[in-house]
Amino acid sequence: MIDTPVLERVLAEALRNGGEFAEVFAEDRSNTSSMLDDGRVEELSTGRERGAGIRVVMGETTGFAHTADLSEQGLLRAAEAASAVTRSGEGSRSVAVGRLTGSGTGAGRPVHATGTKDDALELLRRADEAARHSGAAVSQVQAGFGTSRRRVLIANSDGLLAGDEQSRTRFSVSCVALGDTGMQTGHETAARTLGFELFDEVSVEDLARTAAAQALAKLNARPAPSGELPVVLAGGSGGILFHEACGHGLEADHIVKDASVYTGKIGQRVASPMVTLVDDGTVGSEWGTFAVDDEGRPAQRNVLIQDGILTDYLWDYLRARKEGRVSSGNGRRQSYRDLPMVRMTNTFLLPGEDDAEEIVAQTPRGVYVAKLGGGQVNTTTGDFVFGMTMAYLIEDGKITEPLRDANLIGNGPEILKRIDAVASDFSMTPGTCGKDGQSVPVGCGQATMRLTGVTIGGTAE
Amino acid sequence: MSTATEQTTSGTEDLVGLADRVAGWATTGEEVEVYVARGTETEVRAYDGEVESLTSATSAGIGIRVIVDHRLGFAWAGSLDESVLGETLEEARDNARFATADEHVQLAAPDGVEAVPVDLWDDGLAGVPTAKKVELALALEALARGSDPRIRQVDAADYGDVSAEAALVSTTGIRSSTRKTSGYLSVGVIAGEGDASQTGGGYSVGRGFGGLDPDKACQDAVTRAVRLLGATKGPSGRSTVVFDRRMATTLLGIVSGALSGEAVAKGRSFFAGRLGEMVGHPGLTLVDDPTDPRAYGAAAYDSEGLACRRNVLIDSGVLRGYLYDTVSGSRAGVASTGSAVRGGYAGTPGPGCRALTLAPGPEGYDEDGVLAAVGEGLFVQSMTGVHSGVNPISGDFSVGAEGLMIRDGRLAEPVREITVASTLQRMLLSLVAVGADVEWLPSIAAGQTLAIDDMQISGM
Repeated sequence: MIDTPVLERVLAEALRNGGEFAEVFAEDRSNTSSMLDDGRVEELSTGRERGAGIRVVMGETTGFAHTADLSEQGLLRAAEAASAVTRSGEGSRSVAVGRLTGSGTGAGRPVHATGTKDDALELLRRADEAARHSGAAVSQVQAGFGTSRRRVLIANSDGLLAGDEQSRTRFSVSCVALGDTGMQTGHETAARTLGFELFDEVSVEDLARTAAAQALAKLNARPAPSGELPVVLAGGSGGILFHEACGHGLEADHIVKDASVYTGKIGQRVASPMVTLVDDGTVGSEWGTFAVDDEGRPAQRNVLIQDGILTDYLWDYLRARKEGRVSSGNGRRQSYRDLPMVRMTNTFLLPGEDDAEEIVAQTPRGVYVAKLGGGQVNTTTGDFVFGMTMAYLIEDGKITEPLRDANLIGNGPEILKRIDAVASDFSMTPGTCGKDGQSVPVGCGQATMRLTGVTIGGTAE
Repeated sequence: MSTATEQTTSGTEDLVGLADRVAGWATTGEEVEVYVARGTETEVRAYDGEVESLTSATSAGIGIRVIVDHRLGFAWAGSLDESVLGETLEEARDNARFATADEHVQLAAPDGVEAVPVDLWDDGLAGVPTAKKVELALALEALARGSDPRIRQVDAADYGDVSAEAALVSTTGIRSSTRKTSGYLSVGVIAGEGDASQTGGGYSVGRGFGGLDPDKACQDAVTRAVRLLGATKGPSGRSTVVFDRRMATTLLGIVSGALSGEAVAKGRSFFAGRLGEMVGHPGLTLVDDPTDPRAYGAAAYDSEGLACRRNVLIDSGVLRGYLYDTVSGSRAGVASTGSAVRGGYAGTPGPGCRALTLAPGPEGYDEDGVLAAVGEGLFVQSMTGVHSGVNPISGDFSVGAEGLMIRDGRLAEPVREITVASTLQRMLLSLVAVGADVEWLPSIAAGQTLAIDDMQISGM
């Protein structure tokens, strides 16, 4: 994308006013997406964007500028703008970067297949048909396909030079079902860090049928309960609980500002002994996987909670530097227009030894959440919500009537202590995590598990 | 080609020229719409008496829609380099081959409605030196730290500004341009007392640098954090809920999705088929009026280049209309209501609101007035999980909430970790009080204190 001598000159220019650290992050991304809605392929869209973000660090201060102009002149201009913040200082330093690391070297991850536009549309039509054949009450279907290829190149004044090529493909189906009581919805998404090979692993018909089945089941749903009940979370999307209840609170940017309930708790019990929580950017083709993060650091496996004891936080370059340690490979950004932040990758609870069906059978009364749709947390107080988009009552140890959508609410440190069963049926689910205006792809996962009590925000008294 | 309308703004002539040139590359049998945009932005974040980060950036891009034989293709690029212009048009053209032919797919054409000019550009912003912006961010942070002994942390204190210009030219006769500046201060604080911590955020927005008010932003953040100290999990039960002005904009934003003509046409709105019916409390009148210059979302032209206009959506509780862009309007057999919105050059237009307001309640209905009228209930100052617990299609509504109990018509003890639930349909019918305290917040809706009866609270 950019020649090494150019990168070296740009880094030197960035440090000209006395900065301690400079970095060039270059990105070239192309997207293709299409949507079938209301029985029609409404549009096929393609986009391309390339540019570079340059940051200069001096003391506690970061200067940042970005440009879509990848010529040497454009980069030098951005370097000058980024270094303006260090103008008080002076110095001149030459920078030499090392050999390229990461999958940009050509080794490592396989080249991803690209499907043609025709193939994508065929998948959309198949999904539409499968959903519509799931039941006469299915009144609307929307199917979406998106694929992106992102090449990144990172060079910094410590001599790092790293690259990665990241392919991501997702397919989603949303259904509406219409009944006597109004409309209900169902939604399913498959997403992996793959190209078109996603569809070797995923059947779009299955996705469509699952989405339709949710909408149809909810036509007979009764209002969710209001108040505290035991909750069994099915494997997969239940991982959102850990993303919200503690994942965000373990991000070092919140920790160093004392804006997390987990500040100062390393070595302490923060969860049930059944909880071993891992964040791992190297897992297969999961949605939060990459070879190097957006600061050029290789992805790695980080154990955050071991048997209920807090063992570590998540780190990016800046926060790690301050603590005299190395980044944990969690420095990520939405695009070259954004500064990196501490972010999760694939965050999951290690499986336990209980039997999923047995967990339900041993719950006399409660709620079974088959699918969670998202959540939100206040890291300072630990209060968080997560929304159930497919849930059922558990009565006498059996899964019975479907429930309408509602949020569940709890406090992270309290909820993590209420986990009293974890099964072995582990699975992962893709998601999009938003923080401070930036969205990045992440994975969540766990096995079926039970919480002894959570407040359910329904309308049934 | 129909007669072109001259709707361009001075200062954007070169952008219009560029869009003109690309639209001129259209071949026989195709309609082309070219949207070009560029912007500059500055953001300063202060922390602990120092600049944590200073971002300065410029960006530009192009989005092109091509229609051939009623098939739409779209392509975009994050650059206005000469080399990408033709490439992007070619991509859009190629993409059009794959869409389903649809007689309703068409570009907007001039409809004769005169645009109401609104001045959204602050000439002074470009001349403000970065040092002044840094100074303001640092001052904001210092102010927040010193404002109250219970403030133990200021985790973000930001200054930001944006200048954005855009031009739209089509082969169907649209030729418009817009430009807009905005500035903001935003601050997040943590209040602490003993082991307990609570957070609060505040902001001040304007068209430029001048007029930004650090005191207002701080006071708002500090009040919100401090009054929640000591909050406990509130009780479960049925209650009247008063939403503060900021929360009201979120509620109206959710409702606006169901008023989209596209959602209605596609059977994804609980308002579908209900024109002329009572859908709300008789006191509920809802209007979208981007021609009101006080509105944050004020605009002369919509995202297809048609004049923005005032649209009455609900009148005294009766559903009167939906919002349309050109395609959704055609599908419904009506004209566009000038309500196309788009998310920048990388997005295609669709119908949406810009400036919703409710007809205000009686004089004296500010926050205190509404609280006094309600007497007993729950006051909500923040909501979480709006994306995960509100289903705008079924209408199911369940959100996490923080706030204070209302007793004897006044704010009483703070509560947290509760949910507030109902359905959107029932909430509209149960809207018992609308504040006269209209404040144009940075949103597609105005802030007005709202009181809604009979909501389910889940807590202890």
